[in-house]
Amino acid sequence: MTEGLSAWQLIASGDAALLAIVRLSLVVSLSAVTCAALLGLPLGASLALTRFPGRTLLIVLLNGFMGLPPVVVGLAVFLLLSRSGPLGTFGILFTPLAMIIAQALLVLPIIAALARQTIEDLWREYRDELTAMDVGPVGRIATLLWDSRFSLLTALLAGFGRAIAEVGAVMIVGGNINGFTRTMTTAIALETSKGDLPLALGLGYILIVLVLVINAGAWGLRVWSEQRANG
Amino acid sequence: MRAALSDLPLTLDDVSFRAGGSAILDHVSLSIEPGAPTLIVGPNGAGKSSLLRICMGLARPTSGIVTWGGRTESRPLRRAFLFQRPVMLRRSVAANVAYGLRQAGYPYGLRRNRVRELLDRVGLLDHADRAARSLSGGEQQKLALARALARDPELLFLDEPTANLDPAATRSVEEIVLGASNSGIKVVMSSHDLGQVKRLAGEVLLLVRGGVRERAAAPVFFDSPSTPEAAAFVRGDLIL
Amino acid sequence: MSVATLFSDPLNWRFAMLRRSFFFCLSGLLILAGAMWPSLAEDRSIIVASTTSTQDSGLFGHILPLFKQKTGIDVKVIAQGTGQALDTARRGDADVVFVHARAQEEKFLEEGFGVKRFDVMYNDFVLVGPKSDPAGVAGSKDITAAFKAIKDKQAPFVSRGDKSGTHLAELKLWKEAGVDLDSAKGPWYREIGQGMGAALNTAAAMNAYVLSDRGTWLSFKNRGDLDIVVEGDKRLFNQYGVMLVNPAKHPNVRVELGQAFVDWLISPEGQAAIAAYKIDGQQLFFPNAHGS
Repeated sequence: MTEGLSAWQLIASGDAALLAIVRLSLVVSLSAVTCAALLGLPLGASLALTRFPGRTLLIVLLNGFMGLPPVVVGLAVFLLLSRSGPLGTFGILFTPLAMIIAQALLVLPIIAALARQTIEDLWREYRDELTAMDVGPVGRIATLLWDSRFSLLTALLAGFGRAIAEVGAVMIVGGNINGFTRTMTTAIALETSKGDLPLALGLGYILIVLVLVINAGAWGLRVWSEQRANG
Repeated sequence: MRAALSDLPLTLDDVSFRAGGSAILDHVSLSIEPGAPTLIVGPNGAGKSSLLRICMGLARPTSGIVTWGGRTESRPLRRAFLFQRPVMLRRSVAANVAYGLRQAGYPYGLRRNRVRELLDRVGLLDHADRAARSLSGGEQQKLALARALARDPELLFLDEPTANLDPAATRSVEEIVLGASNSGIKVVMSSHDLGQVKRLAGEVLLLVRGGVRERAAAPVFFDSPSTPEAAAFVRGDLIL
Repeated sequence: MSVATLFSDPLNWRFAMLRRSFFFCLSGLLILAGAMWPSLAEDRSIIVASTTSTQDSGLFGHILPLFKQKTGIDVKVIAQGTGQALDTARRGDADVVFVHARAQEEKFLEEGFGVKRFDVMYNDFVLVGPKSDPAGVAGSKDITAAFKAIKDKQAPFVSRGDKSGTHLAELKLWKEAGVDLDSAKGPWYREIGQGMGAALNTAAAMNAYVLSDRGTWLSFKNRGDLDIVVEGDKRLFNQYGVMLVNPAKHPNVRVELGQAFVDWLISPEGQAAIAAYKIDGQQLFFPNAHGS
């Protein structure tokens, strides 16, 4: 474990650059998951409740996109946001916003697909009752989202885990700019390429611990609130 | 917020219902008027559930016309439905009732007291903040009743609500149903249970193979059934 | 517990949960806004497309704070291979390019993507290889002879293979050594398509020869059994140039700020800053802005 020491020393000494990297990783990935949830949860719920031609195809696609390669998403967003691309005028390539967009696209299918599955199962149970209570389409979606909130939290965590751990997309659209778009994963890639394996490994430990802590926290929150909210 | 229009009388005119190629209901015509509870009896597969669902508006007939108070389209604002297996929202007992009130457009500020009254009515006051899904089967059915009554229904449909319940729970559900009926709610309920029919029925409607075989006021039905199937039911025999 | 609290609790609880989820969403949006803020508010910054060698060697970490202190301008460095860095600039995604591949830089200028090219500094390439030296080239000052020996002995050699300045320099050396790579390529010649650091890591793992810029080598920490085997040949000279991206091609280029960076790099102050960067007492880059 001595290899990780240098990074732990950095943490212990409250190294500002390292803290900025950790903070940026969290901000980017949490924002991406929030955006993806705002879009993906209603999308998954609508998909669960509606029937239309091509729906099955859409679901298959959505499930398939859960495994989108980050570099491909990164490349697509890069081409969109590049000055020579369709959205180039906004000048957001190589900014945290570009990274959020890329990660949100990466995470959106995961959240939407898992939400669709969860909500469709619950809808099967609730359909007659909600119909009998004359609940409209929006009310149905709201009720189903709320009542499956604990399962959906797992979907959000899955999305967050994917976002915080990926390197391909943020590297391409963020550019790994020191102090501006450098995240934990791109820093690990950089330190590895500089041959500073102990520091890279130490950053890796920190990343893993961070993911574990967040998952444990969410799990605890879930157990606690399930008891309180009477599931 | 509340439709002033009445859903009664409810009429079915030559209603048929087919599912998966087989006829569930076969040219049924009937009218449901205000009054004492109507009990729908008949063997399994006779079409009792489908009849109730069509009356509620949950299912559309394959052919024929359903009217509520003379209207062919009517949102279930003043109708409520109790399923054989109650559906419990994943919330507290009180929140389940509050949900029903909100769906019925009950004013926000008055909901808390109304929840209390309704839970008191079904005897679940002490369980208000428990998880609805942690209740026993009988308690769940009583909660479903409270939630249905939260809609202030004019018509209450019950699809074998006590089929899975023990005698004690059955008894309290029946008491609540009778109370609802006495307060002016028209109860339409299917049942397997001869004793229950005797205890609750104002009139009895016997359904056999998707058709109305016999319909009569309860005393007439039990004293002088006019069809062999009704006679068999009254004797406690199997109807085939 | 009184009946009143019994009743207020579950309902309040539910609305409390609603409130909580609302605040959760709100805080998410705030985080988002916070993340967007710097990109919107930060006006005095430029993007420099540069090479992995300048970043991995730590040069930027040394000189950029000095530049920022003087001008208040933030320089955001995208470290790529020279070819990729020039492409990034061609797309208009950078304001300044700072690379080392003369021929490609001149092509970039001819295409009209650059305003003017300035020499900034040079360093040199070194041939790094295992101490066991299977090709028997250690201590030589003749780089082409060494390349030929490696090919003849089929000693493992790691190539960047990424169109970077270093890669182009390597290809040029093979040509000068009279080795036709297309026919000579074999299992001994490994193209990895990655940056300088990755190439050194690979070479260290395989005990292979690799051509590296001196700066990256000096700051590289995972050397394993590798050491410099050939250095000091004039053909290993490695010139860096800097160009402002042409605003006529890409109007979004921050001309004033970018030009300030170019001017500073070739000014006596910038040149002194480059000369002052040392690792273990060794100077990595030699300023020659007005020399060549």
